[in-house]
Amino acid sequence: MTIRWTAFLAAVALWELIARRVADVFFPPPSAIVLRMYHLWFSGPPAHFFLSGDAVGNLLPSLARMGIGLAVAVVFGVVLGLALGRSPKFFAYVDPVLQFARVIPPPTLVPVFVVLLHLGPTMQVTSIVFGAVWPILLNTAEGARSVDPALLDTARVFRLSAADRLALIIVPSTLPKLFAGLRLALSLSLILMVFSELLPGTANGIGFELTDAQSRSDLPTMWAAIVLLGILGYLLNTLLLVLERKVLHYGRS
Amino acid sequence: MSHRWLRGIAGLAVLAAASQLLAITGLVPRDFLPPASDILARAVKLAGDPLFLANVGATVTSWALGLAVAVAAGVPLGLVIGAVPAVNLALRPILEFLRPIPSVALIPLVSLILGAGLATEATLIVYASIWPVLFNTAYGVAEVDPVPKETLRVFGFGRVAVLCRVSLPSAAPFIATGVRLAAAVALILAVGTEILSGFGDGLGVFIAQAQQAPDGTVDVLAGMVWAGVLGLLINAALVRGERRLFRWRAV
Repeated sequence: MTIRWTAFLAAVALWELIARRVADVFFPPPSAIVLRMYHLWFSGPPAHFFLSGDAVGNLLPSLARMGIGLAVAVVFGVVLGLALGRSPKFFAYVDPVLQFARVIPPPTLVPVFVVLLHLGPTMQVTSIVFGAVWPILLNTAEGARSVDPALLDTARVFRLSAADRLALIIVPSTLPKLFAGLRLALSLSLILMVFSELLPGTANGIGFELTDAQSRSDLPTMWAAIVLLGILGYLLNTLLLVLERKVLHYGRS
Repeated sequence: MSHRWLRGIAGLAVLAAASQLLAITGLVPRDFLPPASDILARAVKLAGDPLFLANVGATVTSWALGLAVAVAAGVPLGLVIGAVPAVNLALRPILEFLRPIPSVALIPLVSLILGAGLATEATLIVYASIWPVLFNTAYGVAEVDPVPKETLRVFGFGRVAVLCRVSLPSAAPFIATGVRLAAAVALILAVGTEILSGFGDGLGVFIAQAQQAPDGTVDVLAGMVWAGVLGLLINAALVRGERRLFRWRAV
């Protein structure tokens, strides 16, 4: 752990030194980026958890859209995935449609939703849902399909109801696959959150701050937004890993 | 097996019929959401349009260029990280802080530095698609069976020779999987960058311009269909290539 952080800090120090020596406007030193992050977002009053007005107006809407989009994708993906995994017939009917929907690069769907739903939060959340739902759905289906048949036979012998079989056997054996899908979905939803906010005509969000800074050639703010998104991605991924470890451990015992 | 195919075709037919029904009954206005027949007819027509094909060609070119650079840089870097623990220790934390940055967030910055065009698109594709190649290579090399490596060392082969004769071939299936993942990510970035830049050549540019046109909905959807076909073709080609190259492994 200490070696990791030493290596990381050494890299940042090197970046600082080189950036100061070169003094290129496109590549501000990390100290300038961190200072900008503080002034932009974290210099608010303690009552607002130190979040500034800008943070409340841009970061929170972004996170809210991402959270809602991901939650809807999880509900749809898990329910449909379980149904598809347990019914080979149903799966055969929708397989070609799913395979095609999955390979469409998600950013291409964003203009489709702009045309159908117009710019705004509905279009942004829909884009996130459609980007994130496939890995959850397909992984859940795969997990549900490969439930040990011996376990299900045993459950039938013990006359467990369908609901009990679902809750006690099918869902727990699907969880490892589901989490693998969730990890992909998480990074896809972050990508689509940013992408849907980068389009011209967006009102707020981290992506909006990025394009706004781009139009003013405000490079420290652009770098600050990128670093913030990196930290966000790292934190969310770590959070999911902790959750996965807890849930899977619980499932085993 | 034939049952599966029939059911799949039936599923597609039901979807197409439903979209047709929505248009015929007027539940959904035709110019708001065109029926599947209009979208497919437009998509087929576009396939014969040289301007549209030039757009697809531009996208495929930057996709291929970016992916090639990502593989050419990612595989050697992954080899070194997987084979030399000291390098792994020094680089891993930095890479793990760079990887979670959502690649599309770099589009405005790179566009500002390099301007719109192939250089920007290829740079962004390289940044996004190098991770799966690099991490899969490093993982594959670290997992190599130590016995053949040590045997070769005993027979006097140098470190580099062992790396090329043992580690690289046995890590190859992992690398191939990384390349397949990278190919999909590269397509996402290629089309995404084009949609945001909105001018020049590319499938994404075609879609972005259609989005601005007054009756461009059918073009947006036909462009989306072609983006899906492109994704399907790329994935199918790479899966086939993997099966052919690593037939010995699947047994």
